[in-house]
Amino acid sequence: MLELRIAGRDFGQPVLGEVFATVARGDRICLLGPSGIGKTTLLNAIAGLDKSVPDEAVIGRDKLRVGYLFQEHRLLPWRSLDANLKLVGASDQEAESLLEQVGLSGYGHYLPDQLSLGMARRAALARCLAVKPDLLLLDEPFASLDPVMAGELKALIAGILDSCPEMAMICVTHDGGDAEILANRLWYLDGKPARLQWDDAIGEPGLIDGLLGALRDPDLAGL
Amino acid sequence: MKGQAGRPPLWSYWVVLPSFVLLWGLIAWLLQSPLLPTPLNVLDTLIRESATGELWHHLGATLGRVVVAFILAMIIGTAIGIVMGRSPTTNALFDPLLVLLLNLPALVTIILMYVWFGLVEVAAVMAVVINKVPSVAVTVREGARSLDYRLEEMATVYEFTRWQRLREVWVPQLFPYLMAATRGGLALIWKIVLVVELLGRSSGVGFQLHMAFQVFDVAAILAYSLAFIAVVQLIELAILQPLERRSSRWRQPEAAHA
Repeated sequence: MLELRIAGRDFGQPVLGEVFATVARGDRICLLGPSGIGKTTLLNAIAGLDKSVPDEAVIGRDKLRVGYLFQEHRLLPWRSLDANLKLVGASDQEAESLLEQVGLSGYGHYLPDQLSLGMARRAALARCLAVKPDLLLLDEPFASLDPVMAGELKALIAGILDSCPEMAMICVTHDGGDAEILANRLWYLDGKPARLQWDDAIGEPGLIDGLLGALRDPDLAGL
Repeated sequence: MKGQAGRPPLWSYWVVLPSFVLLWGLIAWLLQSPLLPTPLNVLDTLIRESATGELWHHLGATLGRVVVAFILAMIIGTAIGIVMGRSPTTNALFDPLLVLLLNLPALVTIILMYVWFGLVEVAAVMAVVINKVPSVAVTVREGARSLDYRLEEMATVYEFTRWQRLREVWVPQLFPYLMAATRGGLALIWKIVLVVELLGRSSGVGFQLHMAFQVFDVAAILAYSLAFIAVVQLIELAILQPLERRSSRWRQPEAAHA
Protein backbone atom coordinates (compact mmCIF):
# COMPACT_ATOMS: atom_id res chain seq x y z
CA MET A 1 0.00 0.00 0.00
CA LEU A 2 2.98 2.28 0.43
CA GLU A 3 6.20 2.39 -1.54
CA LEU A 4 9.18 4.46 -0.48
CA ARG A 5 11.58 5.78 -3.07
CA ILE A 6 13.34 8.42 -1.09
CA ALA A 7 16.43 9.76 -2.86
CA GLY A 8 17.91 11.20 0.32
CA ARG A 9 17.72 14.13 2.64
CA ASP A 10 20.39 16.44 3.89
CA PHE A 11 20.45 19.23 6.40
CA GLY A 12 23.70 20.85 5.29
CA GLN A 13 25.29 17.43 5.36
CA PRO A 14 23.62 14.26 4.16
CA VAL A 15 21.56 12.57 6.86
CA LEU A 16 19.42 10.12 5.00
CA GLY A 17 20.64 8.19 1.97
CA GLU A 18 18.45 6.36 -0.52
CA VAL A 19 15.62 4.53 1.14
CA PHE A 20 13.68 1.98 -0.89
CA ALA A 21 11.06 -0.09 0.88
CA THR A 22 7.44 -1.11 0.73
CA VAL A 23 4.85 -1.26 3.46
CA ALA A 24 1.89 -3.63 3.19
CA ARG A 25 -1.36 -3.66 5.16
CA GLY A 26 -0.88 -5.36 8.49
CA ASP A 27 2.86 -4.69 8.54
CA ARG A 28 4.05 -3.81 12.01
CA ILE A 29 7.45 -2.36 11.52
CA CYS A 30 9.83 -1.34 14.23
CA LEU A 31 12.37 1.15 12.95
CA LEU A 32 15.55 0.73 14.96
CA GLY A 33 18.92 2.41 14.82
CA PRO A 34 21.39 4.48 16.80
CA SER A 35 20.38 7.86 18.26
CA GLY A 36 20.47 10.74 15.84
CA ILE A 37 20.79 8.52 12.80
CA GLY A 38 17.68 9.95 11.12
CA LYS A 39 14.81 7.72 12.24
CA THR A 40 12.47 10.64 12.92
CA THR A 41 13.64 12.27 9.67
CA LEU A 42 12.54 9.14 7.81
CA LEU A 43 9.24 9.03 9.69
CA ASN A 44 8.55 12.70 8.85
CA ALA A 45 9.37 12.04 5.20
CA ILE A 46 6.89 9.16 5.19
CA ALA A 47 4.25 11.37 6.88
CA GLY A 48 4.72 14.08 4.24
CA LEU A 49 6.03 16.63 6.72
CA ASP A 50 9.34 17.08 4.95
CA LYS A 51 8.73 19.56 2.14
CA SER A 52 12.08 18.78 0.52
CA VAL A 53 11.07 15.14 0.00
CA PRO A 54 8.81 15.16 -3.08
CA ASP A 55 5.39 13.52 -2.86
CA GLU A 56 6.39 11.04 -5.57
CA ALA A 57 9.00 9.63 -3.18
CA VAL A 58 6.24 8.16 -1.01
CA ILE A 59 3.92 6.42 -3.42
CA GLY A 60 0.43 5.71 -2.14
CA ARG A 61 0.39 8.04 0.85
CA ASP A 62 -2.22 10.35 -0.63
CA LYS A 63 -4.73 7.48 -0.45
CA LEU A 64 -3.98 6.70 3.18
CA ARG A 65 -5.27 8.09 6.41
CA VAL A 66 -2.29 8.64 8.68
CA GLY A 67 -2.20 8.84 12.46
CA TYR A 68 1.05 10.19 13.87
CA LEU A 69 2.01 9.91 17.53
CA PHE A 70 4.69 12.55 17.96
CA GLN A 71 7.22 12.48 20.79
CA GLU A 72 5.35 15.36 22.43
CA HIS A 73 1.58 15.08 22.63
CA ARG A 74 1.02 18.01 20.23
CA LEU A 75 -2.62 18.24 21.23
CA LEU A 76 -3.95 21.79 21.03
CA PRO A 77 -3.29 22.99 24.59
CA TRP A 78 -6.24 25.42 24.49
CA ARG A 79 -8.76 22.70 23.60
CA SER A 80 -10.16 19.92 25.77
CA LEU A 81 -9.40 16.31 24.89
CA ASP A 82 -12.92 15.95 23.49
CA ALA A 83 -12.47 18.99 21.26
CA ASN A 84 -9.05 17.78 20.13
CA LEU A 85 -10.52 14.46 19.04
CA LYS A 86 -13.52 16.05 17.33
CA LEU A 87 -11.23 18.40 15.40
CA VAL A 88 -9.79 15.44 13.52
CA GLY A 89 -13.23 14.04 12.77
CA ALA A 90 -14.43 12.01 15.75
CA SER A 91 -18.09 12.21 16.74
CA ASP A 92 -19.20 12.70 20.35
CA GLN A 93 -19.61 8.98 20.92
CA GLU A 94 -16.38 8.12 19.12
CA ALA A 95 -14.44 10.61 21.22
CA GLU A 96 -15.88 9.08 24.35
CA SER A 97 -15.17 5.50 23.38
CA LEU A 98 -11.66 6.33 22.14
CA LEU A 99 -10.83 7.94 25.47
CA GLU A 100 -12.22 4.89 27.20
CA GLN A 101 -10.10 2.65 24.99
CA VAL A 102 -6.91 4.43 26.06
CA GLY A 103 -7.95 4.46 29.72
CA LEU A 104 -9.00 8.09 29.95
CA SER A 105 -12.76 7.84 30.25
CA GLY A 106 -14.13 10.84 32.12
CA TYR A 107 -11.20 13.02 31.10
CA GLY A 108 -12.88 14.46 28.01
CA HIS A 109 -13.21 17.97 29.43
CA TYR A 110 -9.58 18.12 30.63
CA LEU A 111 -7.03 20.30 28.89
CA PRO A 112 -3.95 18.41 27.63
CA ASP A 113 -1.53 20.18 29.96
CA GLN A 114 -3.59 19.13 32.98
CA LEU A 115 -2.57 15.53 32.31
CA SER A 116 0.58 13.64 33.21
CA LEU A 117 3.02 12.81 30.44
CA GLY A 118 1.77 9.26 30.14
CA MET A 119 -1.89 10.29 30.06
CA ALA A 120 -1.22 13.01 27.48
CA ARG A 121 0.55 10.50 25.27
CA ARG A 122 -2.41 8.13 25.51
CA ALA A 123 -4.73 11.01 24.64
CA ALA A 124 -2.55 11.72 21.60
CA LEU A 125 -2.78 8.03 20.72
CA ALA A 126 -6.57 8.34 20.89
CA ARG A 127 -6.35 11.17 18.37
CA CYS A 128 -4.26 8.93 16.06
CA LEU A 129 -7.05 6.36 16.21
CA ALA A 130 -9.76 8.98 15.74
CA VAL A 131 -8.80 9.37 12.08
CA LYS A 132 -9.26 5.59 11.62
CA PRO A 133 -5.75 5.32 10.27
CA ASP A 134 -4.47 2.98 7.58
CA LEU A 135 -0.98 3.81 8.72
CA LEU A 136 0.01 4.47 12.32
CA LEU A 137 3.31 6.26 12.84
CA LEU A 138 4.77 6.17 16.34
CA ASP A 139 7.86 8.20 17.24
CA GLU A 140 9.47 6.72 20.36
CA PRO A 141 6.13 6.10 22.06
CA PHE A 142 7.73 4.80 25.25
CA ALA A 143 10.44 7.42 25.67
CA SER A 144 10.64 9.16 29.07
CA LEU A 145 7.86 7.04 30.60
CA ASP A 146 8.52 5.07 33.75
CA PRO A 147 8.72 1.30 33.21
CA VAL A 148 5.20 0.64 34.51
CA MET A 149 3.57 3.25 32.27
CA ALA A 150 5.70 2.19 29.33
CA GLY A 151 4.60 -1.40 29.85
CA GLU A 152 0.92 -0.40 30.01
CA LEU A 153 1.22 1.67 26.84
CA LYS A 154 3.00 -1.19 25.08
CA ALA A 155 0.21 -3.57 25.99
CA LEU A 156 -2.37 -0.99 24.88
CA ILE A 157 -0.73 -0.54 21.48
CA ALA A 158 -0.31 -4.30 21.03
CA GLY A 159 -4.03 -4.70 21.76
CA ILE A 160 -4.94 -2.00 19.25
CA LEU A 161 -2.77 -3.61 16.58
CA ASP A 162 -4.42 -6.98 17.21
CA SER A 163 -7.86 -5.48 16.86
CA CYS A 164 -6.95 -3.72 13.59
CA PRO A 165 -5.20 -6.38 11.49
CA GLU A 166 -5.49 -4.21 8.35
CA MET A 167 -3.64 -1.28 9.87
CA ALA A 168 0.06 -0.84 9.24
CA MET A 169 2.41 0.58 11.83
CA ILE A 170 5.86 2.08 11.77
CA CYS A 171 7.28 2.56 15.25
CA VAL A 172 10.57 4.33 15.89
CA THR A 173 12.33 2.92 18.93
CA HIS A 174 15.70 2.45 20.53
CA ASP A 175 14.74 -0.74 22.22
CA GLY A 176 14.84 -4.10 20.54
CA GLY A 177 12.55 -5.35 23.31
CA ASP A 178 9.71 -3.19 21.94
CA ALA A 179 10.10 -4.97 18.63
CA GLU A 180 9.63 -8.36 20.23
CA ILE A 181 6.21 -7.34 21.50
CA LEU A 182 4.97 -5.10 18.70
CA ALA A 183 6.69 -5.91 15.43
CA ASN A 184 6.39 -8.48 12.70
CA ARG A 185 9.05 -6.73 10.70
CA LEU A 186 12.26 -4.83 11.46
CA TRP A 187 13.91 -1.94 9.76
CA TYR A 188 17.40 -1.08 10.85
CA LEU A 189 18.72 2.32 9.89
CA ASP A 190 22.45 3.00 10.07
CA GLY A 191 25.42 4.46 8.20
CA LYS A 192 26.40 7.87 6.92
CA PRO A 193 24.25 8.82 5.16
CA ALA A 194 21.82 6.41 6.77
CA ARG A 195 20.25 3.60 4.79
CA LEU A 196 18.03 0.70 5.73
CA GLN A 197 20.65 -1.90 6.60
CA TRP A 198 18.13 -4.61 7.30
CA ASP A 199 14.57 -4.95 6.25
CA ASP A 200 13.48 -8.29 7.60
CA ALA A 201 10.23 -9.96 8.27
CA ILE A 202 10.14 -11.65 11.62
CA GLY A 203 9.01 -15.12 10.76
CA GLU A 204 11.00 -17.79 12.48
CA PRO A 205 11.81 -17.16 16.12
CA GLY A 206 15.47 -17.84 15.44
CA LEU A 207 15.76 -14.95 13.01
CA ILE A 208 14.37 -12.31 15.29
CA ASP A 209 16.45 -13.59 18.15
CA GLY A 210 19.52 -13.27 15.99
CA LEU A 211 18.60 -9.77 14.88
CA LEU A 212 17.73 -8.58 18.31
CA GLY A 213 20.83 -10.20 19.70
CA ALA A 214 22.84 -8.28 17.17
CA LEU A 215 20.99 -5.08 18.06
CA ARG A 216 21.84 -5.53 21.69
CA ASP A 217 25.50 -5.89 20.78
CA PRO A 218 26.78 -2.39 21.50
CA ASP A 219 29.61 -2.60 18.96
CA LEU A 220 27.31 -3.47 16.13
CA ALA A 221 24.26 -1.43 16.98
CA GLY A 222 25.78 1.49 18.79
CA LEU A 223 23.04 1.31 21.39
CA MET B 1 -4.33 40.32 47.13
CA LYS B 2 -3.87 38.47 43.87
CA GLY B 3 -3.40 41.34 41.42
CA GLN B 4 -1.58 41.43 38.13
CA ALA B 5 2.18 41.70 38.37
CA GLY B 6 3.28 45.31 38.66
CA ARG B 7 -0.21 46.59 39.50
CA PRO B 8 -0.50 48.20 42.95
CA PRO B 9 -3.36 47.24 45.29
CA LEU B 10 -6.75 48.79 44.61
CA TRP B 11 -6.83 50.97 47.75
CA SER B 12 -3.90 53.04 46.47
CA TYR B 13 -6.21 54.40 43.74
CA TRP B 14 -8.79 55.36 46.37
CA VAL B 15 -6.17 57.23 48.38
CA VAL B 16 -3.99 58.86 45.74
CA LEU B 17 -6.64 60.10 43.32
CA PRO B 18 -8.92 61.83 45.91
CA SER B 19 -5.81 63.35 47.54
CA PHE B 20 -4.82 64.73 44.16
CA VAL B 21 -8.28 66.24 43.62
CA LEU B 22 -8.14 67.75 47.13
CA LEU B 23 -4.74 69.29 46.44
CA TRP B 24 -5.99 70.65 43.11
CA GLY B 25 -9.04 72.16 44.83
CA LEU B 26 -6.85 73.76 47.49
CA ILE B 27 -4.49 75.37 44.96
CA ALA B 28 -7.39 76.55 42.78
CA TRP B 29 -9.11 78.06 45.82
CA LEU B 30 -5.90 79.89 46.82
CA LEU B 31 -5.19 81.18 43.29
CA GLN B 32 -8.75 82.18 42.44
CA SER B 33 -7.78 82.27 38.72
CA PRO B 34 -10.07 81.44 35.76
CA LEU B 35 -7.08 79.58 34.29
CA LEU B 36 -7.30 76.96 37.08
CA PRO B 37 -10.95 76.16 37.88
CA THR B 38 -11.81 74.22 41.01
CA PRO B 39 -12.89 70.56 40.76
CA LEU B 40 -16.45 71.73 41.51
CA ASN B 41 -16.38 74.12 38.54
CA VAL B 42 -15.23 71.31 36.28
CA LEU B 43 -17.93 68.99 37.62
CA ASP B 44 -20.47 71.75 37.03
CA THR B 45 -19.33 72.11 33.38
CA LEU B 46 -19.42 68.36 32.96
CA ILE B 47 -23.02 68.17 34.20
CA ARG B 48 -24.13 71.12 32.07
CA GLU B 49 -22.49 69.72 28.92
CA SER B 50 -24.00 66.30 29.48
CA ALA B 51 -27.46 67.79 30.19
CA THR B 52 -27.48 69.65 26.86
CA GLY B 53 -26.35 66.46 25.09
CA GLU B 54 -23.22 68.18 23.73
CA LEU B 55 -20.89 65.91 25.70
CA TRP B 56 -22.55 62.72 24.45
CA HIS B 57 -22.63 63.94 20.87
CA HIS B 58 -18.91 64.70 20.80
CA LEU B 59 -17.86 61.65 22.83
CA GLY B 60 -19.93 59.52 20.48
CA ALA B 61 -18.29 61.05 17.40
CA THR B 62 -14.83 60.39 18.82
CA LEU B 63 -15.73 56.88 19.92
CA GLY B 64 -17.11 56.09 16.45
CA ARG B 65 -13.90 57.20 14.75
CA VAL B 66 -11.79 55.24 17.24
CA VAL B 67 -13.80 52.05 16.70
CA VAL B 68 -13.75 52.22 12.89
CA ALA B 69 -10.06 53.16 12.72
CA PHE B 70 -9.15 50.51 15.28
CA ILE B 71 -10.97 47.69 13.49
CA LEU B 72 -9.52 48.63 10.11
CA ALA B 73 -6.00 49.00 11.50
CA MET B 74 -6.18 45.65 13.32
CA ILE B 75 -7.46 43.72 10.28
CA ILE B 76 -4.98 45.24 7.84
CA GLY B 77 -2.06 45.17 10.29
CA THR B 78 -2.74 41.56 11.33
CA ALA B 79 -2.94 40.36 7.73
CA ILE B 80 0.30 42.13 6.79
CA GLY B 81 1.99 40.92 9.98
CA ILE B 82 1.07 37.25 9.41
CA VAL B 83 2.23 37.30 5.79
CA MET B 84 5.47 39.07 6.72
CA GLY B 85 6.13 36.65 9.55
CA ARG B 86 5.60 33.60 7.34
CA SER B 87 7.26 34.72 4.11
CA PRO B 88 10.83 36.09 4.03
CA THR B 89 10.24 37.55 0.54
CA THR B 90 7.26 39.62 1.66
CA ASN B 91 9.18 40.63 4.75
CA ALA B 92 12.09 41.86 2.63
CA LEU B 93 9.66 43.83 0.50
CA PHE B 94 7.64 45.44 3.29
CA ASP B 95 10.18 45.87 6.07
CA PRO B 96 11.86 49.01 4.63
CA LEU B 97 8.43 50.57 4.15
CA LEU B 98 7.50 49.70 7.75
CA VAL B 99 10.63 51.41 9.03
CA LEU B 100 9.70 54.48 7.03
CA LEU B 101 6.08 54.52 8.24
CA LEU B 102 6.96 53.78 11.87
CA ASN B 103 9.15 56.87 11.99
CA LEU B 104 6.75 59.14 10.16
CA PRO B 105 5.24 61.63 12.64
CA ALA B 106 1.48 61.16 13.04
CA LEU B 107 0.99 64.84 12.39
CA VAL B 108 2.53 64.57 8.90
CA THR B 109 0.12 61.78 7.89
CA ILE B 110 -2.82 63.77 9.19
CA ILE B 111 -1.82 66.94 7.32
CA LEU B 112 -1.11 65.03 4.10
CA MET B 113 -4.45 63.20 4.23
CA TYR B 114 -6.34 66.47 4.75
CA VAL B 115 -4.35 68.21 2.01
CA TRP B 116 -4.87 65.40 -0.49
CA PHE B 117 -8.41 64.33 0.28
CA GLY B 118 -9.90 67.42 1.92
CA LEU B 119 -11.30 67.87 5.41
CA VAL B 120 -13.53 64.81 5.16
CA GLU B 121 -14.32 61.88 7.43
CA VAL B 122 -12.56 59.31 5.22
CA ALA B 123 -9.32 61.32 5.28
CA ALA B 124 -9.54 61.59 9.08
CA VAL B 125 -10.03 57.85 9.60
CA MET B 126 -7.42 56.95 6.99
CA ALA B 127 -4.83 59.14 8.69
CA VAL B 128 -5.40 57.24 11.94
CA VAL B 129 -5.31 53.84 10.23
CA ILE B 130 -2.06 54.62 8.39
CA ASN B 131 -0.49 55.66 11.67
CA LYS B 132 -1.52 52.48 13.42
CA VAL B 133 -1.08 49.70 10.82
CA PRO B 134 2.75 49.55 10.96
CA SER B 135 2.94 48.94 14.70
CA VAL B 136 0.21 46.29 14.56
CA ALA B 137 2.04 44.60 11.68
CA VAL B 138 5.35 44.61 13.56
CA THR B 139 3.77 43.13 16.71
CA VAL B 140 1.84 40.42 14.86
CA ARG B 141 4.90 39.61 12.75
CA GLU B 142 6.75 38.67 15.94
CA GLY B 143 3.87 36.36 16.82
CA ALA B 144 3.74 34.81 13.36
CA ARG B 145 7.47 34.11 13.54
CA SER B 146 7.12 32.32 16.83
CA LEU B 147 4.28 30.00 15.74
CA ASP B 148 5.08 26.51 17.00
CA TYR B 149 6.28 24.39 14.06
CA ARG B 150 5.32 21.25 15.98
CA LEU B 151 1.66 22.24 15.93
CA GLU B 152 2.05 23.16 12.24
CA GLU B 153 3.27 19.63 11.53
CA MET B 154 0.42 18.21 13.55
CA ALA B 155 -2.09 20.28 11.59
CA THR B 156 -0.51 19.04 8.34
CA VAL B 157 -0.66 15.37 9.31
CA TYR B 158 -4.26 15.67 10.47
CA GLU B 159 -5.23 17.63 7.37
CA PHE B 160 -6.64 20.71 9.07
CA THR B 161 -8.48 23.02 6.68
CA ARG B 162 -7.21 26.57 6.21
CA TRP B 163 -9.95 27.87 8.47
CA GLN B 164 -9.23 25.30 11.19
CA ARG B 165 -5.55 26.15 11.04
CA LEU B 166 -6.27 29.86 11.43
CA ARG B 167 -8.89 29.50 14.13
CA GLU B 168 -7.58 26.55 16.14
CA VAL B 169 -3.81 26.78 15.70
CA TRP B 170 -2.79 30.33 14.80
CA VAL B 171 -5.18 32.69 16.59
CA PRO B 172 -4.67 31.14 20.05
CA GLN B 173 -0.90 31.41 19.60
CA LEU B 174 -1.14 34.94 18.22
CA PHE B 175 -3.55 36.02 20.94
CA PRO B 176 -0.98 37.62 23.29
CA TYR B 177 0.43 39.55 20.34
CA LEU B 178 -3.02 40.62 19.14
CA MET B 179 -3.79 41.73 22.68
CA ALA B 180 -0.56 43.73 22.88
CA ALA B 181 -1.36 45.31 19.51
CA THR B 182 -4.88 46.10 20.76
CA ARG B 183 -3.65 47.80 23.93
CA GLY B 184 -0.88 49.75 22.24
CA GLY B 185 -3.23 50.42 19.36
CA LEU B 186 -6.06 51.86 21.42
CA ALA B 187 -3.74 54.05 23.46
CA LEU B 188 -2.26 55.48 20.26
CA ILE B 189 -5.53 55.78 18.33
CA TRP B 190 -7.31 57.67 21.12
CA LYS B 191 -4.62 60.32 21.01
CA ILE B 192 -4.31 60.57 17.23
CA VAL B 193 -8.08 60.83 16.82
CA LEU B 194 -8.11 63.89 19.07
CA VAL B 195 -5.44 65.58 16.92
CA VAL B 196 -7.30 64.62 13.74
CA GLU B 197 -10.46 66.19 15.16
CA LEU B 198 -8.63 69.27 16.35
CA LEU B 199 -7.15 69.89 12.91
CA GLY B 200 -10.03 69.23 10.60
CA ARG B 201 -13.34 67.99 11.98
CA SER B 202 -16.35 69.81 13.38
CA SER B 203 -17.33 67.21 15.97
CA GLY B 204 -15.61 65.07 18.57
CA VAL B 205 -13.72 65.66 21.79
CA GLY B 206 -10.73 67.02 19.86
CA PHE B 207 -12.93 69.63 18.19
CA GLN B 208 -14.42 70.68 21.55
CA LEU B 209 -10.94 70.98 23.07
CA HIS B 210 -10.02 73.19 20.14
CA MET B 211 -13.05 75.43 20.71
CA ALA B 212 -12.35 75.67 24.44
CA PHE B 213 -8.69 76.46 23.74
CA GLN B 214 -9.73 79.43 21.55
CA VAL B 215 -11.55 81.05 24.48
CA PHE B 216 -9.25 79.72 27.22
CA ASP B 217 -12.15 77.80 28.78
CA VAL B 218 -10.02 75.59 31.03
CA ALA B 219 -13.04 74.15 32.84
CA ALA B 220 -14.38 72.78 29.54
CA ILE B 221 -10.95 71.40 28.59
CA LEU B 222 -10.70 69.55 31.90
CA ALA B 223 -14.34 68.40 31.77
CA TYR B 224 -13.89 66.84 28.31
CA SER B 225 -10.54 65.35 29.32
CA LEU B 226 -12.12 63.68 32.35
CA ALA B 227 -15.01 62.31 30.31
CA PHE B 228 -12.50 61.00 27.80
CA ILE B 229 -10.37 59.29 30.46
CA ALA B 230 -13.52 57.73 31.91
CA VAL B 231 -14.51 56.23 28.55
CA VAL B 232 -11.00 54.85 27.91
CA GLN B 233 -10.95 53.22 31.36
CA LEU B 234 -14.44 51.85 30.90
CA ILE B 235 -13.39 50.10 27.69
CA GLU B 236 -10.31 48.74 29.45
CA LEU B 237 -12.34 47.33 32.36
CA ALA B 238 -15.46 46.23 30.51
CA ILE B 239 -13.95 44.80 27.31
CA LEU B 240 -10.17 44.33 27.31
CA GLN B 241 -9.60 42.80 30.73
CA PRO B 242 -12.46 40.26 30.57
CA LEU B 243 -11.36 39.28 27.05
CA GLU B 244 -7.82 38.72 28.22
CA ARG B 245 -8.92 36.69 31.24
CA ARG B 246 -11.24 34.53 29.19
CA SER B 247 -8.72 33.74 26.48
CA SER B 248 -5.82 32.94 28.74
CA ARG B 249 -7.78 30.57 30.95
CA TRP B 250 -6.11 27.54 29.37
CA ARG B 251 -2.75 28.84 30.60
CA GLN B 252 -3.76 28.22 34.23
CA PRO B 253 -4.93 24.63 34.05
CA GLU B 254 -5.58 24.21 37.79
CA ALA B 255 -7.92 27.23 37.77
CA ALA B 256 -9.86 26.06 34.74
CA HIS B 257 -11.50 23.03 36.33
CA ALA B 258 -11.29 23.98 39.99
